[in-house]
Amino acid sequence: MKTVEEIKAAIETAVPGASIEIVPNASPSGQLSLLLAPNHAVAVAEFLRDDAELALDFLSNATGIDWPDKEITEKVKVMRQVLKTVDGAEKMVEETVDETRKHVQPGYLEVVYHLFSIEKKHGPVVIRMRTTNRTDQVQLPSLTPVWRSAEFQEREIFDLFGIVFTGHPDLRRLLMWDGFKDHPMRRDYVEPDDFEYEPTAHDEVLARSKAHQAAGQEGAGVGL
Amino acid sequence: MTDSLVNASAVDKKLKGWNRPPIIEPDGEAELLEVAMGPHHPSTHGVFRMDVALDGERVVRLKPVFGYLHRNHEKIAEGNSYLASMPYTDRLDYICSLTNNWAYALAVEKLVGQAVPERAEYLRVILGELTRVQNHASAIGFLIQEMGASGTPLMYAFREREKILDLFESLTGSRMMCNYMRFGGCRVDASPAWLDAARKVVAGLPGFVDEFEALLRSNEILMARTQGVGILRPDLAINAGVTGPMLRASGVNYDIRKVDRYGIYDRFEFRVPLGDHGDVFDRFMIRLLEARESIKILEQALKEIPDGPVMDGKAKIRGFRPKAGEAYGRIEAPKGELGFYLISDGGPNPYRYRVRPPSLVNLTILEDMCLGQNVADVVLIFGSVDIVLGEVDR
Repeated sequence: MKTVEEIKAAIETAVPGASIEIVPNASPSGQLSLLLAPNHAVAVAEFLRDDAELALDFLSNATGIDWPDKEITEKVKVMRQVLKTVDGAEKMVEETVDETRKHVQPGYLEVVYHLFSIEKKHGPVVIRMRTTNRTDQVQLPSLTPVWRSAEFQEREIFDLFGIVFTGHPDLRRLLMWDGFKDHPMRRDYVEPDDFEYEPTAHDEVLARSKAHQAAGQEGAGVGL
Repeated sequence: MTDSLVNASAVDKKLKGWNRPPIIEPDGEAELLEVAMGPHHPSTHGVFRMDVALDGERVVRLKPVFGYLHRNHEKIAEGNSYLASMPYTDRLDYICSLTNNWAYALAVEKLVGQAVPERAEYLRVILGELTRVQNHASAIGFLIQEMGASGTPLMYAFREREKILDLFESLTGSRMMCNYMRFGGCRVDASPAWLDAARKVVAGLPGFVDEFEALLRSNEILMARTQGVGILRPDLAINAGVTGPMLRASGVNYDIRKVDRYGIYDRFEFRVPLGDHGDVFDRFMIRLLEARESIKILEQALKEIPDGPVMDGKAKIRGFRPKAGEAYGRIEAPKGELGFYLISDGGPNPYRYRVRPPSLVNLTILEDMCLGQNVADVVLIFGSVDIVLGEVDR
């Protein structure tokens, strides 16, 4: 089978304008992946499926991943004027000071597809796409028109992660019920406090149950 | 050739993979009847619903509804250490817990580059193939049960299954929730007495398969009900990601044991049976023939199994923290391709743990197979997919 670099080159000659990045993988599995830009993803996917040499006719697995905002702390050396007592008199002295700076690396949602070829019996070729952010720009093109096996898996990712697949023929929740609001597989998902407690004699359970009852929610504190 | 024809073929080619279910128009004589098959229906193998629209007895629409058994297995695994998820994998496809163990162990071994001793590989093959035989036997038993032969054939299958489950119990301590494999080997070694018992059970299997095949081959009602019903085209099967006996019944030669040669499958001689028509009858014949091939593998493995350790001495058990990275490992489970996709961020828990469930993906084309068929055949077609809801809903 072609290496990831060769596949990248083949895609770039076949689909003009497609920008592809190779995502490294430090694991001994050595499964490198190709990061596709969403605007060319469908064309690239069609190329991967129809190209005679690659013939990746089988999409095996579609995975959603949530990468939340990451706060990165780094130490920087800064020159600063500092008030100091030198020889009994106060003076302004220039000094290098360590300063911690924080900046937030914006998070994103990601979807990973594992492709195999049934015709040529090789694989996996891993492709991935990323959304712009985790809140309002979460659209990605659906690959269901290219490989039908993505149909239920993309519905599941929409359900559990909240990635909206444009071009999907039937984008509904798959596992949660239709009226459900949140996306449970996100890292910052908070379990709703609405289940029926069976209070056990643990302090924190009893305290939680009490708070729950006080809030007057349905199904609260059964048996207390 | 006129321009419009050229364009039409170009459009056709572009839409080749766009395998939407065909639209079946009702004949307009009567109202459509909407039936909810399930979630509490004995033929759904668990809690699963099919919203079916009927024109007379003909199915014109079928939408599967999932989630009744959803417990967010993947989220639970993100909060557990790698090893602590091993017993949870038993609960995915609870008929075949050992192949689930194997797929997960294989994915983690790929993630960390862990080797497996030879004896452990043999034990894995023996247990995996025993699992395949008992899964296929019960799948066929359920088919005959769903066609109305109440009890007896299913009990024949379960009698044989129980012998295999007794083997599992004496080796792993549990009939169905085996929790047996570890990263870098297996939990306990099999005693010579256990291997003898396994040889005895395997020696009795060909007779059982012959008996079962006679039941399938010679029963006229069964053939009338299953032949030509629920046909799945090979191109659609590939495009829809169907794997396992379903795919091979449609005539596509793809068996991960042969393609990936994971473990030690390159050492055994076995054939990959293929179907011709892709109907319900073919799917069940393929399962019978596969059971035969599994028995062949079992005989070879039980003859050749070497002595030695069952756990790699260098395998890390305490403080197991894989380096940051990702791996996808897959095996040929009895129901199809079972894969685990793991992402590590260097911590003790997986950052992302994804199960590629063969049962869910194989259901993608359920509607395509059922459209235009009688409602009574939906039960059979659904049964021929062979799913377990613990894996579909996770």
